[in-house]
Amino acid sequence: MIEVAHLTKRYGAQTAVDDVSFRCTPGTVTGFLGPNGAGKSTTMRMICGLTPPTGGHATVAGRPYRQLPNPGREVGILLDASAQHPGRTGRETLALAAQLLRVPSSRVGELLTCVDLPSSAARKRVGDYSLGMRQRLGLAQALLGEPRALILDEPANGLDPEGIFWMRGLLRDFADRGGTVLLSSHLLREVEAVADRLVMIGNGRVVAQGAKDELLSGAGMRVRALDPAALRAALATAGLSASPADGGALLVDAEAEAVGRAAATAGVVLLELQPGRARGLEEMFLSLTNGTTAPEGTAR
Amino acid sequence: MTVTAPARDTPAVATASHSPVPLWRLTAVELRKMADTRSGAWLLAVVALLAVAVVTVLSLTADARFDFGGLLGPTVLPAAVLLPVLGVLSVTSEWSQRATLTTYALVPRRMRVAAAKVLAALALAVLAYAACLLATAAALPFAGGPDPWHLPAAALGKAGLFLVVNVLLGVAFGMVLLNSALAIVLYFVLPIAWSILGEMVTALSGPAQWLDLSVTSGLLLEPVMTGRDWARLGTSVAVWIVAPLALGLIRVARREVK
Repeated sequence: MIEVAHLTKRYGAQTAVDDVSFRCTPGTVTGFLGPNGAGKSTTMRMICGLTPPTGGHATVAGRPYRQLPNPGREVGILLDASAQHPGRTGRETLALAAQLLRVPSSRVGELLTCVDLPSSAARKRVGDYSLGMRQRLGLAQALLGEPRALILDEPANGLDPEGIFWMRGLLRDFADRGGTVLLSSHLLREVEAVADRLVMIGNGRVVAQGAKDELLSGAGMRVRALDPAALRAALATAGLSASPADGGALLVDAEAEAVGRAAATAGVVLLELQPGRARGLEEMFLSLTNGTTAPEGTAR
Repeated sequence: MTVTAPARDTPAVATASHSPVPLWRLTAVELRKMADTRSGAWLLAVVALLAVAVVTVLSLTADARFDFGGLLGPTVLPAAVLLPVLGVLSVTSEWSQRATLTTYALVPRRMRVAAAKVLAALALAVLAYAACLLATAAALPFAGGPDPWHLPAAALGKAGLFLVVNVLLGVAFGMVLLNSALAIVLYFVLPIAWSILGEMVTALSGPAQWLDLSVTSGLLLEPVMTGRDWARLGTSVAVWIVAPLALGLIRVARREVK
């Protein structure tokens, strides 16, 4: 549904996006992760034909975006909630889009209800909106043309916790009905809660991508006992390798059952036994976030 | 919670809704966008008020005896001066407010949007002209001289052309500069600069006759225009409207939308 192949964008000597490829399929939510300045927005603008790529190409519904006859009916776009004329009311902003997309004007009211913008707010000018309200308006605009795909850049910015929860539900529901969702974020936790697939980029390059479960698991089991020394001994006896984790816990490269049996055999009292968090992914993400946005990483 | 179903309606409906946005619809949307913002609505209100004020003052002045053609010129002036600002903003406000992110996401063919903006500006000029004609006609019983309904076809056409030229000038400036403040300031300052420079530098007074659009377009409000006058108007239109518009179209087509 959304296909990105070797997209590259250079500004002079600086490479903002470097050979990025991924695809988003119907029925899934793809989280596009990366620190600020990693190239997420540039990639999304290239998908939408707003920024000409230096190399590579992207298609939406099998065609380059600019060749879609009426793109708003195919894919809903929200690239920047603040990019609206401040002197127009929220309702008028939607009404204009409805006129362009040739959807009945009754849909404007439906969508205002859907994104929880009361009519008092819809009558206000967008310049007076909070960022959260602009995100809701932008989402309504993206949904207006009954698209089969959504491309959203940092849609959770400015939403309160309740709003974030609501948006997750909305996107999940959209994907469960067969829609394709691509959303970006600079927060791993935020995307983790809703995405099926993750594409992580740093300094313009894809550093990891795949199914969320695969990327986040594979880190073994995290286990914590009343007596850590006894637990370590018990695991060694069972032939399981363990490495120390935070909070006095151990990270064991084995199934839960094997760890549980080893502890039971040795009579060790467990306080905690759960899938270990994907430290690899999280550490990678943190290392991307810390300082690697400096230009020397991109200069080649 | 009612969420948009990604599923499609019947294929027939889907096909119809996926046809490209026709140019007339795009033009209608652009025309609406000129009037539905706070600044746009105010500007239109001011133009209407000024036009009514001009008509009223002229018809109440005791010794003023106008015919239709004579009264039409002054009535058109407020629109001719201020509507170009709307033309400028129609283009530039999208870039400065970054609304292009939405506009070009919905209609990726930028030349179509640009064409719609030019057509919308023309439509605006025509609508304003119609309003001016009505206002003038309404005032004639009070302001009219011995032959109040005297309106030569040429005068009717030229006053309308005067308005069109000015509004297009605004769009052209907006498109080549893509910056509201710069384009509006330049639009107002340029005629002043011409007249000052033309007086100070004698060498410029000759070219000014051909290049100062405020002078050459003013010829349209004179009773008679010679062939030379038309040539002067054509020259300044080419320099200040056609050339910037062409350059502006190239800029709009190439500029990265951020």
